[in-house]
Amino acid sequence: MEMVFLGFVLMLSIFLGFELISKVPATLHTPLMSGANAISGITVVGAITLAGGELAGWATLLAAMAVFFATVNVVGGYMVTDRMLSMFKKKDKPEARS
Amino acid sequence: MSEELIGAVYIVSAILFVFGLKLLGSPATAVRGNQLSTLGMLVAVVVTLGSTDIIDYRWIAIAAALGAVVGIVAAQRVAMTGMPEMVALFNGSGGLASLLVGWAALGMEGAEGDSQSAFTIITVLLSILIGGVTFSGSLVAWAKLSETMPSGAISFPGQQFVSLILLVATIGCGAAMLAQPDAGTAMLVYAVIALSVLLGVMAVIPIGGADMPVVISLLNSYSGLAACAAGLAINNTILIVAGALVGAAGIILTNIMCKAMNRSLSNVLFSGFTASKSAA
Repeated sequence: MEMVFLGFVLMLSIFLGFELISKVPATLHTPLMSGANAISGITVVGAITLAGGELAGWATLLAAMAVFFATVNVVGGYMVTDRMLSMFKKKDKPEARS
Repeated sequence: MSEELIGAVYIVSAILFVFGLKLLGSPATAVRGNQLSTLGMLVAVVVTLGSTDIIDYRWIAIAAALGAVVGIVAAQRVAMTGMPEMVALFNGSGGLASLLVGWAALGMEGAEGDSQSAFTIITVLLSILIGGVTFSGSLVAWAKLSETMPSGAISFPGQQFVSLILLVATIGCGAAMLAQPDAGTAMLVYAVIALSVLLGVMAVIPIGGADMPVVISLLNSYSGLAACAAGLAINNTILIVAGALVGAAGIILTNIMCKAMNRSLSNVLFSGFTASKSAA
């Protein structure tokens, strides 16, 4: 049952992801890629559960390393996206208003 | 916090990710989209820290603090022209994290208290394979963009054949692990990790430096799928939802980027081979 439930969640998320992105102007390709990349750092949540749980020493160490790398991905990813968009906003402000 | 409450907050976080991605696709709303998505991530992390399953915060605190410092410094120091390289590095970091989560999940107890279920082993193998390919592929993409290594297409005779053998060997190791979950697992896991890292290198070296943005977008999609596989392995819904969202959205974005260059994805991925063939 659990597997069926997770399968449904997976299927619906994939279809949603396909539909979310439609027409994207070329200037937004890199920021969108970077923003999506930051979301994929969600693996930090899984790493936290494992690193704080009751696991053997080796697994806890691996999970702690995962927390480190995923945090780099999340924090760096969102900041870089924000920096790119702030440049972009200044340049295109009149256009964005119309 | 109870598991139901955490699950409910994960739904909120998923909604924020969905709207965040949607708004990122339009110039007028992109900044707000990124903020919503950041908020979604913050909410998910905070509520996870409140879980009763977490008994020891020391490792988390140290690793997260170090990771945040590295992320902030890297994001602030990078020049605007170096953004694609930086995204590649962050992406590789995320792939490596998913690989490690999958690997660490092998240390969890199975449902019966002894060995892991076949479902767990398959999803762990997938997160290691996809995570490993994302990690090494992103590093190669970074090296080509920053010209740490020659940015041209690198190919040698029989390259596709070698990749195929690596893939078959990976599947073989996975099948061996499934057949005997308790015997020799550690060695097989090392083998799968090494093979997937090699596969990532083999996938990206035949592609020229100019096509790297498309490759990074594709690898970004992979890192979402790796997170999704890790979520299936440790039974975490937000990892599955957010990972699948990025995986699917990343593929679409990759396609859009290819179309903007008037090329097909297969043309980008395999152009190195045809180029070497015509040169020979």
